[in-house]
Amino acid sequence: MSAAAEAHEHHGPPPIHYSSRVSPSVLGMFLFIASEIMLFGAFFTVYFFDRVVNHGVNGHWPPPQFHRPVFLAFINTLILVTSSGTIHWATTSIKRGNRAGMKAGLVLTFLMGLTFLLTQVAEYHRLGFNTGDTSFAATFIGLTGLHAAHVFVGLTILLIMTIRAFRGHFSPEHHHGIEIGGIYWHFVDVMWIVVFVTVYLL
Amino acid sequence: MKNPFRSEGDAFRFLWLVIGYGALIVIGSWINTWLGLAVFVVLTALAVWWGVLRGRGEGPVKHAPVPGPADEHRILVVANETVGGPELLTEVRGRAHGRRAIVFVVAPALNTPLKTWTSDEDAARATAQERLDASLVSMRSVGLDAAGEIGDGDPVQAMEDAIRTFRPDEVILSTHPPGRSHWLERGVVERARERFEVPLTHVVVDLDADRH
Repeated sequence: MSAAAEAHEHHGPPPIHYSSRVSPSVLGMFLFIASEIMLFGAFFTVYFFDRVVNHGVNGHWPPPQFHRPVFLAFINTLILVTSSGTIHWATTSIKRGNRAGMKAGLVLTFLMGLTFLLTQVAEYHRLGFNTGDTSFAATFIGLTGLHAAHVFVGLTILLIMTIRAFRGHFSPEHHHGIEIGGIYWHFVDVMWIVVFVTVYLL
Repeated sequence: MKNPFRSEGDAFRFLWLVIGYGALIVIGSWINTWLGLAVFVVLTALAVWWGVLRGRGEGPVKHAPVPGPADEHRILVVANETVGGPELLTEVRGRAHGRRAIVFVVAPALNTPLKTWTSDEDAARATAQERLDASLVSMRSVGLDAAGEIGDGDPVQAMEDAIRTFRPDEVILSTHPPGRSHWLERGVVERARERFEVPLTHVVVDLDADRH
């Protein structure tokens, strides 16, 4: 039976059609990345504006009364980058049919993400300043806090992925949930690298 | 430009690129602030240039042969208003003669750019469907095993979609005569020959001459 004949005999709602130039999943990912770039871009704009206009002229950055915990952030960076390696391991494992590798990779990724987030919370307690102190303090906590919120979302996704993995979901043919979660986790890591370089090192 | 987050593997590789990018900028800025700025500008320009160039420089789309009977010949037909032209039907019959041929017709849903961007495609798809139905009826009436679908408004994109799913042995592209064909003006035949490794035959259908 031809496609046309099938269409004519079809009952119920009409079949979905869309331009194949951009598939819905790719378009969705583009829109997501674009919105995230705008969101983080707004925070970075404020940060650099503050740095150039308020402090850049006298050469002191951050302002002398503030201390950035660079070493702790560096350790956190190593943890997060390693967690990207473990989620990649989980994805490649399930593609090869290695369920144990997938489960181990997901658990390790979740634990490292949780460690990152708890370390970030501990860092805030030890900072000695808060959002109301100066514009630097506000943008510093705003940027790192925005990223921490993304890590929290990523951890929620990872938790769901891990539970599903232990309940027997996913296979070498069907592992879209792992793939999408992995993409998001790598995106969170990429944003942390940008935040770490910009806010802590430069 | 290729989406760096197209897959988990792509995203993982992109992460390492970003780490290298950030490390070079930090090292440059530690040596000298202006050096760091220069490294940032150069690397960013390189990344943009490479990303855009990579998107444009995509290689030709290859397709694997479909395992099946050796005498099965798969013909993809891409045509707009000329889909019902006698020249096209003659060409397809000639290609299918003496062998077991499967014909797949793609009728691109021709639309204006504004309507495409606003997803106002219903009218264009309905018109394309009418043309496709008439074409399939005429092909089946002469004994051809024909099926078809509505394709993207861009004929090259529609062709690529069909090549990926139908995996033809050859493609027949039908257009109006030179001077009246938008597709020829836009270099669709040349672009398709450059992009796809499937043999392509261009058939000119003069609907005005056929009516007289």
